[in-house]
Amino acid sequence: MKTKGATTPWPKLSALIPYAWLLVFFALPFLLVARLSLSDSALSIPPYTPQIDWSGGIEGLKVFFAALDFDTYKQLGSDSLYAESYVSSLRFAAEGTILALLVGYPMAYGMARCKPATRSLLLMLVILPFWTSFLIRVYAWVGILKPQGLLNAGLGLVGLPPTDLLYTPAAVQIGLVYSYLPFMVLPLYAVLEKLDYTLLEAAADLGSPPWKSFWQVTFPLSIPGVIAGSLLCFIPMVGEFVIPDLLGGPGSLMIGRSIWMEFFANRDWPFASAVAVVLLLTLVVPIVLYQRQQVKALEAGQ
Amino acid sequence: MKRGPSAFNLVSLTLGFAFLYLPILLLVIWSFNASKLVTVWGGFSTKWYGALFQNDQLMAAAWVTLRVGLISATLATVLGTLGAVALTRHGRFRGRTLFSGMSYAPLVMPEVIMGLSLLLLFVALKIDRGFLTVTLAHTTLTMAYVAVVVQSRLATFDRDLEDAAQDLGATPTSAFWQITLPNIFPAILAGWMLAFTLSLDDLVIASFTSGPGSTTLPMRIYSQVRLGVSPEINAVCTLLIGVVALGVICWSIGMKWRAVARPST
Repeated sequence: MKTKGATTPWPKLSALIPYAWLLVFFALPFLLVARLSLSDSALSIPPYTPQIDWSGGIEGLKVFFAALDFDTYKQLGSDSLYAESYVSSLRFAAEGTILALLVGYPMAYGMARCKPATRSLLLMLVILPFWTSFLIRVYAWVGILKPQGLLNAGLGLVGLPPTDLLYTPAAVQIGLVYSYLPFMVLPLYAVLEKLDYTLLEAAADLGSPPWKSFWQVTFPLSIPGVIAGSLLCFIPMVGEFVIPDLLGGPGSLMIGRSIWMEFFANRDWPFASAVAVVLLLTLVVPIVLYQRQQVKALEAGQ
Repeated sequence: MKRGPSAFNLVSLTLGFAFLYLPILLLVIWSFNASKLVTVWGGFSTKWYGALFQNDQLMAAAWVTLRVGLISATLATVLGTLGAVALTRHGRFRGRTLFSGMSYAPLVMPEVIMGLSLLLLFVALKIDRGFLTVTLAHTTLTMAYVAVVVQSRLATFDRDLEDAAQDLGATPTSAFWQITLPNIFPAILAGWMLAFTLSLDDLVIASFTSGPGSTTLPMRIYSQVRLGVSPEINAVCTLLIGVVALGVICWSIGMKWRAVARPST
């Protein structure tokens, strides 16, 4: 009798192809970023030194490694703009995640309480924006928030003074919550839908008022969804580029935008790489947490 | 305690969905506005759509985007499905942690970092940036999404069916092709569609990895948007939304039809 594992019809080769692909196109590039962050910017193509001189053999490699240094990181540490940029990215992402949770939780909860037919329709409505372009959805807000935009037209109609929201941190916050809301609602809904409602009935029978049952029964049981949704929002929000670039002003510092500017505007590849390495290091803990969560969720499904 | 939405549930659902859909709806309405200003309704007009098809740059970018999307989504579906099968079926193997880490990480990795790192790879390999590099980059980004979608379907798939087929004399390979693959096929198709739309949508990674002559539609839209809101871009966006909405609706009708047809076969 064969064991379960041995019934797999796939030769090892089929696993090797995606593995090799990821090693070459995902893992190797990160090593290149780390290596480039130790180089110096130069006016050449590609715009950095040193380059590895393979014709020099071992001696060439020695020269190459001797030329690597931590100058970019020193520059990064000495410029307070970058420290502020990291802090402000983390703050934007944390606030955005909390706001998305405040908006998304009641939505997910409401969806889970609907009839099954309504539920699947609502679920599709949450997923649909996910399929439409991110860029387009952010761009739509430009037309709403700009000074002669719809928001001010609406405020004028009810007699309120106009506000100038576009290119402010508030606009970035709106954009973040708007764009990442489906990422928050879906994991929350997945947990709340499976919730055993007889537990709430039991709590009610024992005399618990609904709000107390919510905090003592529903919410604790939905914690896995809260964690999954928050990580799924927080991590990409920290490195967000499009939203601060289109909706934020010079005051809305975000690190994704700094990398973009260093790379495209200043053409300082080594410095952009150093900024990226530090960003990645800040995100390592939440990314590892997220992966643990994913693996656990999949194993629970199995 | 009765089930069913309370007044609070209904209010939060209404407000939440209004927040999600109002901006998209407004964009669609503006694209038919004869006036260039968003606050002035100049009458219904399709002139921006006409202008769109005259715009050679936009059309060329749309063509590049479509080709990149089709090729990268197909490659990503093959690679992502193989990866999902390896992760759910091969049990523990050497390097599994690294493999599963690399399979999930692109889902949350900031795009700026992925774009920059892929660019450095192409420079190191001395591959000229262009159509090929964008396609390779998009394949790497989207195969993670395919892997997750297929893996969650594989996780719930009853393996006894495969075993039964083999007990009845099927070889492992034919059991996979005749039993497993048809069962996970909806997930593979969903993965392909997701990969395709993600590729159509991507601005950041494409900006890093594309070269002259391979400007994609989001890159064109972005450079126009930076100059301000333009009615022509509203029209492009409306068309894109329309295509996606149509695709999703066809898909869900197809799924319903499948579900109805299944018991009779």
